Amino acid sequence: MFKTTPFYERLAPLNETGLWSHWSGYLVPRKFQMNDKIEYFAVRNSAALFDTSPLYKYRLTGADAERFLAGVLARDIRQCHNGQAQYTCWCDDRGFVVEDGVVFRTSADDYMLTSAEPNFAYFKALVGTLRVSIEDISANLGALAVQGPRARMLLASLAPEVADLKFFEHTQVKFGDVPAMVSRTGYTGDLGFEVWVAPHDGSALWDLIAGAGKDLGVLPAGQNVLVMTRIEAGLILIGADFHSSRFALSDHDSSTPLELGFGWMFNGLANSDRRFIGRTAIEREIRDRTSRWKTVGLVVDWQDWNRVYQTEGLIPPKDITPVTSEIMLYDDDGVHVGYTTSMMYSPILQRHIAIGRVRPHLSSVGSRVHLEATIHHRYRTVTTHVAKTALFNPARKTS
Amino acid sequence: MSTSRTYDAIVIGGGHNGLVNGAYLAKAGMKTLIIERRHLVGGAAITEELYPGFHFTTFSYALSLLRPEIIHELHLVKHGFMPIQMSSSFAPMEDGDYLWQGSDRDENIHEIARHSRHDADAMDQFDHDMHQICQAMKPLMDSIPPNLFGNGPDDLLQLADLARHLKGLQPRVLHNCVRLLTGSAADFLDDYFESDIVKATLASSGIIGSKVGPRSQGSGLVLLFHKLGEIDGSFGSWGFHKGGNGGFTQVLARAAQAFGAEIVLDTAVDHVIISNGRTTGVALVDGTELNAAVVVSSLDPRRTFTQLVDPRELPTELVDNIRRFRFQGTSAKVNFALDGLPSHPALPGRVDHYRGFVNIGPTMDYLEHAYDDAKYGWYSKRPYIDACIQSTVDPDMAPPGKHVMSCFVQYAPYELKNGDWDVEREGFGDVVEDTIESFFPGFKSLVLHREIVTPLDIERVVGLSEGNIFAGEFLAPQMFFFRPAPGWNQYRTPIDGYYQCGSGTHPGGCVMGAPGRFASQQILADAARSTSAR
Repeated sequence: MFKTTPFYERLAPLNETGLWSHWSGYLVPRKFQMNDKIEYFAVRNSAALFDTSPLYKYRLTGADAERFLAGVLARDIRQCHNGQAQYTCWCDDRGFVVEDGVVFRTSADDYMLTSAEPNFAYFKALVGTLRVSIEDISANLGALAVQGPRARMLLASLAPEVADLKFFEHTQVKFGDVPAMVSRTGYTGDLGFEVWVAPHDGSALWDLIAGAGKDLGVLPAGQNVLVMTRIEAGLILIGADFHSSRFALSDHDSSTPLELGFGWMFNGLANSDRRFIGRTAIEREIRDRTSRWKTVGLVVDWQDWNRVYQTEGLIPPKDITPVTSEIMLYDDDGVHVGYTTSMMYSPILQRHIAIGRVRPHLSSVGSRVHLEATIHHRYRTVTTHVAKTALFNPARKTS
Repeated sequence: MSTSRTYDAIVIGGGHNGLVNGAYLAKAGMKTLIIERRHLVGGAAITEELYPGFHFTTFSYALSLLRPEIIHELHLVKHGFMPIQMSSSFAPMEDGDYLWQGSDRDENIHEIARHSRHDADAMDQFDHDMHQICQAMKPLMDSIPPNLFGNGPDDLLQLADLARHLKGLQPRVLHNCVRLLTGSAADFLDDYFESDIVKATLASSGIIGSKVGPRSQGSGLVLLFHKLGEIDGSFGSWGFHKGGNGGFTQVLARAAQAFGAEIVLDTAVDHVIISNGRTTGVALVDGTELNAAVVVSSLDPRRTFTQLVDPRELPTELVDNIRRFRFQGTSAKVNFALDGLPSHPALPGRVDHYRGFVNIGPTMDYLEHAYDDAKYGWYSKRPYIDACIQSTVDPDMAPPGKHVMSCFVQYAPYELKNGDWDVEREGFGDVVEDTIESFFPGFKSLVLHREIVTPLDIERVVGLSEGNIFAGEFLAPQMFFFRPAPGWNQYRTPIDGYYQCGSGTHPGGCVMGAPGRFASQQILADAARSTSAR
């Protein structure tokens, strides 16, 4: 039996399509009306409201909570101040990524960690004798993502202190009578916030925010658009761009943080004595340059895309629907050198774009690869270049 | 303006084609000046805050035919290009019903079936046939037409390419193309549909900007032209640029400047200077002379050939052809500032049908009668209106909760029989408001402000002769080989160094930018040829 989120009561009558995604056992709208682009442009030109309640959420408290997280997470939680959040990942001792998530630090002994998949037992098993308690609060918190250029204006009209939140900061506020945590985080690569609220306040929070947004062009948006915008933002998704090493059947299905483009998480590692799971393997990978792949942004050459279709007498397709099955990449000599993991046509960039993996020697920005395309039942290739992520990266995201 | 008075190229007119042309020339390394008479660039593609907080697309109001190559080649995304799709068409009917078509095929089939089961099935066939026709016509639109009267090897090769392309088409596709290019929209649509509301909604694309009714021969061509538009590869889709078409031309201006083009505003060109059959620059109204070996006019053919230069410098036959080139503008705009969204009696409480176009022209007879008025020299008593409330997709266009509504209106003939537009202006505005009120009761009470733009205003403000929005009518004898005149369809003029790049050249009007782009290709190719000849 699928469960419903704290916002379901409000979302159900708004979802005209009757299409719902099953996300971690919860119903969330796939789209509210048939044309995805209407919701898409709400994100990029006004603001959109996403129900992201199905995320797993863990609360970690206790005198050793910081020590625990410093030893488990790849990024150093000690660098995260109270009221800040960190995007991070956690690895196994072979240096493969278990999962990624965001950790919110309230105080030295109080944290919330989010993840897309269940990790409760995994973390529990690592506690040992540390004074830390882990609580699965997934069902105790609804999450409403408010994303887009008008997100700040919208939320600040209800709680002025939201206007002061910097990128990856969070704070407790009251929207009317509704207490909530607001974080300047999100999965769209735009100016945006996530609002965390008790389930019984879900409808009240929705009414406040949707009400305030009614005349601002703010729309509810579904999973389709969340997936589109996260590709433009260069944000990877478990199950699409990588898989947890815990459930990999071979090392082909596992990825190291360096292979996923998380090398920046280890800046300054040489000057730190922090022991964390996977450190030895990661250091060895850095030293020996043994990464098999690099996760990169890819931009398809528009002229070549047009050429391969037009020479077959076809009008070049521009499909905004994300493709998360693998599409192969080759080098100039036709040697297989990588694959895309998420691809789409981006309306805001006016290009076909992808997140994919290439061999490290082809991972620098501007490197040329060739993307496979099936046209009239035959394989063709289209010139594609490695590009810097986020592929769409407006200044407002962090300003 | 910089102290230097010598440029490689001077573009007259900062409309979208002038900007596109200047940007390409600057990108190719030419020292380029774009001269605009008004205080802002954009020509007919501008956005103005004509009422506090309300941003009007005074003239042109939608984006569709812009050639995708221009977006990439001029790096427009970097400068803020953002085409927001307006994905639906809502057509109110006189009995209070409506036809509302969106982007989902299956939903559309059910909606059409409310009016005709037959037409619901026929729509797939129509869409398929139109797609094939667009596929066949697109290469013609996306290339410089051959000079039918040239005898050089290039001319003959281009003609051979064209013949090869046409010969490669399936007979049915080629026949459909010809039927559309020469026939009426009504006849073509009758082949597929029986329902009046379905036909009338589609036929409206066949009259936009043109002095034809849906039953006139020639309306098929106009229909086809509008179907060739695309947003993100989807044919026939229309969109709205963020900030209106003025937002778009500001993007173009930034791109042109980033390539090094200089833009001067509030500067009017008096004439193009000609010496020994070639241009050497332009003279401004204030007497200043600016030198350039290349001068490009983005103005319409009448201004390009008979006002910017002395017609006596040109072949008599060309001058005569330009004299006969038909403008006869027949469209007007009424833009409204609204206190809120209108409501439709059949959809109380709903407003999402306003995220696309509202098509007021419910029957073929309605459209044809509207044309009848124009035929006899007056504006329509019940006009066709293509409305869009752009603030529903771009909330920055109006204050929170308020809206701007752009209404493109036909027919409004430039020449009123025994009448004067400056006298008739408000009466015309009332007719438009009354017409909308009749389909959306209560509309009038929402109107905070209205701006009426007559064909005479279009001519006076933008400079388009007789207010023709395409800088010359879309008639078969004024297209392709013949736009704007036989033998002069490749952006050159009889005066060396003097070129044309406006919508009066191939492929034609609408905010497509193709004339500006092709003209730059011709200019650069000619420059390369003359360099290699030296």
